[in-house]
Amino acid sequence: MSQTELVRSELEPLIETIDVKTHFKTPRGIARAVDGVSITIRRGQSLGVVGESGSGKTVLSRSIMGLLPRNGVIREGSVRYQGQEISNRSDKEMQSIWGREMAMIFQDPMTSLNPVMKIGKQITESLRKNLSMSSSEAMAVAERLMHDVRIPEPARRLNQYPHELSGGMRQRVMIAIAMACGPNMLFADEPTTALDVTVQAQILELLSEQKRERNMSLLLVTHNLGVVAGYTDEIAVMYGGKVVEKAPTKTLFADTKMPYTEALLRSIPRLDQPSHSRLSTIPGRPPDIVHPPRGCHFAPRCAYVRDLCLNEEPELQQAASPDHTFACFYPVGSPEYLERRVELTRKGELVASEGSN
Amino acid sequence: MAGTGKAHLRDDTNVLLRVEDLVVEFPIGRTGLKVNAVSGISFDVLKGETLGIVGESGCGKSTTGRAIMQLPSPTSGSIVFDGTELTTLSGEAMREARTKIQMIFQDPISSLNPRRNVRDIVLEPLSIWKRGTAAEQLAAVDKILEHVGIDPQRAAESKPHQFSGGQCQRISIARSLVLNPQMIICDEPVSALDVSVQAQVVNLLEDLKKQFELTLIFIAHDLAVVKNISDRIAVMYLGKICEVSSSDDLYRNPAHPYTDVLLSSIPVPDPTVAVKKVVVDGEPPSPVSPPAGCRFNPRCPNASDRCRSEEPTLREIEPAHFVACHHPLFGGEAPVVVRSN
Repeated sequence: MSQTELVRSELEPLIETIDVKTHFKTPRGIARAVDGVSITIRRGQSLGVVGESGSGKTVLSRSIMGLLPRNGVIREGSVRYQGQEISNRSDKEMQSIWGREMAMIFQDPMTSLNPVMKIGKQITESLRKNLSMSSSEAMAVAERLMHDVRIPEPARRLNQYPHELSGGMRQRVMIAIAMACGPNMLFADEPTTALDVTVQAQILELLSEQKRERNMSLLLVTHNLGVVAGYTDEIAVMYGGKVVEKAPTKTLFADTKMPYTEALLRSIPRLDQPSHSRLSTIPGRPPDIVHPPRGCHFAPRCAYVRDLCLNEEPELQQAASPDHTFACFYPVGSPEYLERRVELTRKGELVASEGSN
Repeated sequence: MAGTGKAHLRDDTNVLLRVEDLVVEFPIGRTGLKVNAVSGISFDVLKGETLGIVGESGCGKSTTGRAIMQLPSPTSGSIVFDGTELTTLSGEAMREARTKIQMIFQDPISSLNPRRNVRDIVLEPLSIWKRGTAAEQLAAVDKILEHVGIDPQRAAESKPHQFSGGQCQRISIARSLVLNPQMIICDEPVSALDVSVQAQVVNLLEDLKKQFELTLIFIAHDLAVVKNISDRIAVMYLGKICEVSSSDDLYRNPAHPYTDVLLSSIPVPDPTVAVKKVVVDGEPPSPVSPPAGCRFNPRCPNASDRCRSEEPTLREIEPAHFVACHHPLFGGEAPVVVRSN
């Protein structure tokens, strides 16, 4: 590849979704799990998708990868991988993409591995099938992969069953399996939620190292903004099936526009607060995606809500800095926001820690 | 074997719970091997205090919580609650004692009976102990449900699966409060919840603690949450306590290298702060054959020969701050004790 071609392929989106909708037919009605999401992931870039339970973040990553049941699902919109439309492909056609081009690791490493199959077999399965390796070749590759994900004594571990490994080790095995065929795109769905903090740090470090070394793109799904802060280039915040704010990570933290993003950030307990400080919470619950509220979906829980928010739904709009979009009529810093903030502070409804922010 | 020491136990008339030399071991089949889940720890909790217990999976924090409830009874050691030694109580007396100590668990949905409606779940403790008439019981349940923010009417009509995770945890809290306990042991009560909901439940526990004059033991692996709710924190590692201190002190000045590791592993919600390189490798060794000397020595950046042979005991390095380490981050080396045996 020539220098110019290389530069161009760096800039071209690896994955592009346009207005993706994934709706499920349920006895109660249509559940709009993902409701019109457009995102772009470039090669070697990492995108964090953040939201509460039920915000659609997991369904979004599954929609992109085509891992959805065929029945009872209504899919719309376009998913492009390296410029090719893949949303209309059959499972059979997708098999050339799964593993080789895109791979996924899941939250629970305990249940994602086959309990009655040795680790070695689970890693080599895709190597043999996708890359037609012989059993001994595949085993050699598996051992190197185990080494790459920092599993001590890889040769011995290949002969063990999942229950003989700790949670952190099992998540490393999951990463090794995902890496086996050298995918360009890795989806990590809450990869550290089931793990201890010390192990969480190790796994996140490992993921970003693998991403760098392999020039791979990474989509990191999580409910904790703290987790993605240090490990992603860009963050999309989801709420009720839609992206409500998207920005490069530093911009999102420094120049938060959407009150929901602000509230999510503030609900993380911080070490620099004295103990027993009142934590800020987001009152209420995520919206019912079968019968979403009129207007802005976040309005019923928003401290800065006004009449307009309850009646009209805000579109994504451009913020001052490039690549920063948000969906809010009265964003953080707007005159209406500031006015309400003064009122809330006077009424004592903002907790002390929020004032200092 | 040197114990982990008792220098941190307080001589206070206000002590509600005092645990000394608690050992919990689980035999592994007929192999003769055993899991050393908790290996001789001591701590106390004052009335109205919140004690946080933190540590990684397998450090024995949950086992400690359950041992207090005698679920199961510990292998050895003493547990004195409100002047009563729990380890020697008869089954019936222990049942009675458990009404004063309640527990809430990590997974709020699976700890509630899926086939019963929520009001009955909260009412059951009252009907078992025949507290008051049926009408009084219902009134008490409705009042508690309102306290935790659950609509009693909805509770009467709904089963647990109709509530979200955060709401189920509120229901568990209501069930634990209905018998008017003195102490609640919270075992990872917010780990399974979204960050936004975690904050709600932590705030609720703080409110209820004041209203009902409760004493709490809060067990978790997330130090940021534990720090917020606790007055005093005990850090556990592989069945031992390595550091005990007031919550603010522990975060300002961690003395044990392990506490430092735990603190630096917490992701900072700020992209301008460079991600700290992980300072510890690997995971805790197996509690079946714990390492000799200090149990943290194989992973410790400061480990010396002394750490590999001699087990450190808890000592006070500044007022009310105790550490079990030969080479703490501050406070000087542990004095060498000449032992008679």
